[in-house]
Amino acid sequence: MAHAEAAAKFNENEAKVNWHDKALWFVRQKRDKQAHKIQGWEQLRDYASALKANVLSNLDNYLVQFEENAKKNGVTVHWAANAEEHNKIIHSILQKHNAKKIVKSKSMLTEECHLNPFLEANDIEVIDTDLGERIVQLAKEPPSHIVLPAIHKTKEEVDELFQEHLGTKPSGGNPEYLTREARKHLRNKFLQADAAITGVNFAVADTGGFVVCTNEGNADMGAHLAKVHIACMGMEKLIPQEKHLGIFLRLLARSATGQPITTYSSYFNKPEEGKEMHIIIVDNGRTEQLSREDFRRSLHCIRCGACMNTCPIYRRSGGHSYDATIPGPIGSILSPGKDLTKHSSLPFASTLCGSCSDVCPVKINIHEQLYKWRQIIVKDVPQPTVKKNIMKAAGSILAKPKTYDFVGKSTRFMLKHTPKSLINSKINTWGHARDLPEVKGDNFEEWYKKRQKNE
Amino acid sequence: MKVGLFIPCYINQLYPQVGIASLELLEKLGVDVEYPLGQTCCGQPLGNSGYEEDSKGTCQLFVENFKNYDYIVGPSGSCVYHVKKHFDILEQTEDVKRVRDNTYELCQFIYQVLGKTDLGASFPHKVGIHKSCHGLRGLRLGSCSERMDPHFSTEENLLKEVKGLELKTLNRADECCGFGGTFSVFEEAISVKMGKDRIQDHIDSDVEVITGADHSCLMHLEGLINRNKQPLKVMHIAEILNSSI
Repeated sequence: MAHAEAAAKFNENEAKVNWHDKALWFVRQKRDKQAHKIQGWEQLRDYASALKANVLSNLDNYLVQFEENAKKNGVTVHWAANAEEHNKIIHSILQKHNAKKIVKSKSMLTEECHLNPFLEANDIEVIDTDLGERIVQLAKEPPSHIVLPAIHKTKEEVDELFQEHLGTKPSGGNPEYLTREARKHLRNKFLQADAAITGVNFAVADTGGFVVCTNEGNADMGAHLAKVHIACMGMEKLIPQEKHLGIFLRLLARSATGQPITTYSSYFNKPEEGKEMHIIIVDNGRTEQLSREDFRRSLHCIRCGACMNTCPIYRRSGGHSYDATIPGPIGSILSPGKDLTKHSSLPFASTLCGSCSDVCPVKINIHEQLYKWRQIIVKDVPQPTVKKNIMKAAGSILAKPKTYDFVGKSTRFMLKHTPKSLINSKINTWGHARDLPEVKGDNFEEWYKKRQKNE
Repeated sequence: MKVGLFIPCYINQLYPQVGIASLELLEKLGVDVEYPLGQTCCGQPLGNSGYEEDSKGTCQLFVENFKNYDYIVGPSGSCVYHVKKHFDILEQTEDVKRVRDNTYELCQFIYQVLGKTDLGASFPHKVGIHKSCHGLRGLRLGSCSERMDPHFSTEENLLKEVKGLELKTLNRADECCGFGGTFSVFEEAISVKMGKDRIQDHIDSDVEVITGADHSCLMHLEGLINRNKQPLKVMHIAEILNSSI
């Protein structure tokens, strides 16, 4: 389903749209407050952007350096060219340990690789331990936001879901009660887990260590209790040195949720004695995106979700309307690189207002990339004939003043003399909810010519 | 200093009063201004729809029309932004470069080039500004709420000097109205919802007249206001700055 269609569906319930918009706008406002509180916010964005540009232009060296240092620390490093390889590597590690029960903290990469269905098909239980992720997992839905996966669900809906799956009592959507029950449920899962999977927020090239940020401590709980810790990272997650965390950690949580820092920012360097730590470095289309000069900067992304919270379209269409692992503005420039035809409506799901680019902590020029994808899509993906013909005709009319003058006059004549009921009929999409401008006397050029004559 | 007045296609055809106010305002400020005949469009509707390749003839015509002026001034932030930003598809001749460098949005020209703020206007009404995105985040006519820069607004600076005008503060200072060119048709549901929400913010903020430096956004908002018979008037900022009630 194209974005517009899914968005229209979401808008059938205006009260819910208003609620969704306000919930995310609240997060955007929290972010503004936190960003205002520290001096040099714009400078931090500059540094972060420059560091990411440096990483991407020297990615080969940093990756090798990271691998070397991680190995020295006693970590096993794996390389996966695509999602399939990523899933197979995880499966083989789990098989080696005869691991049947897995806890997983939030990782958009494992969503991207569709790890859960793969493991479940191999008779392995995988439990998402981030509360929001657990909610959407129980609801058998994908996350609708990369930081707030269940933001599309009201607390009443969560209440019903927990009654069904966790046997809770009806509480009218009491957040304290529901969270307490979720903790009890998850605690058992943590204690029973054979292995823990986490994502990676930042991988530090010069130490071989990595940082995982959560607010619930679920990554730590999983990684410290289980015998095996598998960390999955997209290959662009590198930063050169540990000191650079001072820049990225200050930006990440402020941009994401308006907190000064995530409750847990955990540094993992080496496995505990008697335990194993694995890192899987995943490409899955990233090298290809890196090769596209106009879209390379999309790999700066640190997955804070600020572009979603600020996007006036995302807030009013919901994350699922994008039908992509990463929704919202950043997803709309990443997804076409993976499957241009499937995601061809996404770069058009924007007014090019530019709010995403200005809110982005690593200064990705998102709206400019949306514009550039549009130019590629109309060439490479078959377009509706009507749209294409209108655009081609417009191009030739607007290049010729005389033809333009004729078309302009005819249109004005039509608007002036056609009954409103016809103008606002079904074929005129503009007119469903909006009046067309009222056409009065001369156009500007005619007025100007008459004035010149009379002077 | 010779100024060429750039009147975007939709203003020429549908809102001649905005063109007239722009011209009169510049003349009032002592600017030697003329309107080169045979103007069509800046090519933005094509470019934003993905068809910038087909807009080259239109862009080239724009350059031909305006290449002999010191400044090109137009009452539409997004069209001006398109000329400055997206005329990179043309071969960068001296003419093309000069036209791109010297094209200004009307308020920007008055404030930055002429260095004026008090234009002698009077308009005793409660006014809310719609800060159009391409003017704000493209041309940087002011500071935007996303960035942590000191507060600044070209439109506010001009409107503050208008006698009797009461500037109202909105709850969301610079959220998009949802027009977005062909977005308004291809993403109709969201476009309409965004417009409705913007209008409600102005109503909640006790605004009588919505104004702005981009009439395409205003056209979208006005379409909704008229359809829903809401108690708001929509005027381009040139009309307010040119008024002497």
